[in-house]
Amino acid sequence: MSFINYSSREINCKIVYYGPGLCGKTTNLQYIYNKTNPETKGKLISLSTETDRTLFFDFLPLSLGEIRGFKTRFHLYTVPGQVFYDASRKLILKGVDGVVFVADSQVERMEANMESLENLRGNLGEQGYDFDRIPAVVQYNKRDLPNAVSAEELRKVLNPRRLPEYSAVAPTGVGVFDTLKAVAKLVLTELKKGG
Amino acid sequence: MGTQLVMYEEEFTKINSVCDRLTKDANAKLVFLVDKNGQLISATGQTTNLDTTSLASLTAGNVAAMGGLAKLIGENEFPNQFHEGARDSLYMTIVGTRVVLVIIFDNRSSLGLVRLRSKKASDELNRIFDSLIRKADLPGIGSPFAEITDDDIDNLFSE
Repeated sequence: MSFINYSSREINCKIVYYGPGLCGKTTNLQYIYNKTNPETKGKLISLSTETDRTLFFDFLPLSLGEIRGFKTRFHLYTVPGQVFYDASRKLILKGVDGVVFVADSQVERMEANMESLENLRGNLGEQGYDFDRIPAVVQYNKRDLPNAVSAEELRKVLNPRRLPEYSAVAPTGVGVFDTLKAVAKLVLTELKKGG
Repeated sequence: MGTQLVMYEEEFTKINSVCDRLTKDANAKLVFLVDKNGQLISATGQTTNLDTTSLASLTAGNVAAMGGLAKLIGENEFPNQFHEGARDSLYMTIVGTRVVLVIIFDNRSSLGLVRLRSKKASDELNRIFDSLIRKADLPGIGSPFAEITDDDIDNLFSE
């Protein structure tokens, strides 16, 4: 749910990175944080465990520039991917404007990907959103690993909706900004329709 | 999709003045108002050097987590929360159904005073948000983005 402020001429949108544990959601945000100008970003907040696993969420505010005199700001969130943090994941989806589903390309994570995608659909539904209608993109991460499943197979299983999809290697930034731009565009296009 | 929160000049000024007055009446260091999804609506008081965006996001996370806990024990939500620090303390209270009023204060004030003053401010804010919601429902007030073009969106990403 975007927040439009006519007085300060700002528009704020919320994007959530979703996906199974250790698929690279936080790494996406860290790469974006490291590669953006200090004046366009806020602090990267990570609520994580001592072993650097996301406990509640990561948060990164980002300014993209102006559209028709309105400053556009995107708030990027990740969810904790581990299965038992489901209650927290549901909370973070509240008020979401766009979703990035980050899939782990490794063959042994296929089941976790599928489970997480189903979980996303269910949790969105609980918040009153329909996954088939909300602006969303899919990122196939970890494409550099030797045990990566072919993109075609990933598509068949994880992207039957034919959402915009991107191959990525998040630690080196491959596909990270393409993914972000794609989802931001979809969100703005939805706003244009009157969201 | 959920309903958008749209803020207009008139209500924005009123909200800021309520928050400003609360800061003074409660002897608070700062007062801010956050939408439950983590968007900062207003911040008054000693806001310099403070990362209000992160504050807003963490407030929303906290309220959401406490709301989840409340439901687990059969409560609808915990409308008020108090966190006591060595120097500064933080009080948050839910206004209406979608915003959170946060007051940060030190030993120049007290929890009793903050609670009392924030109750009055909450009632005023509630009325302002009600009128805001009614306004947003009026026909003819559309999204300012209705007229943007695909080129406008592309230009954002051109660099």
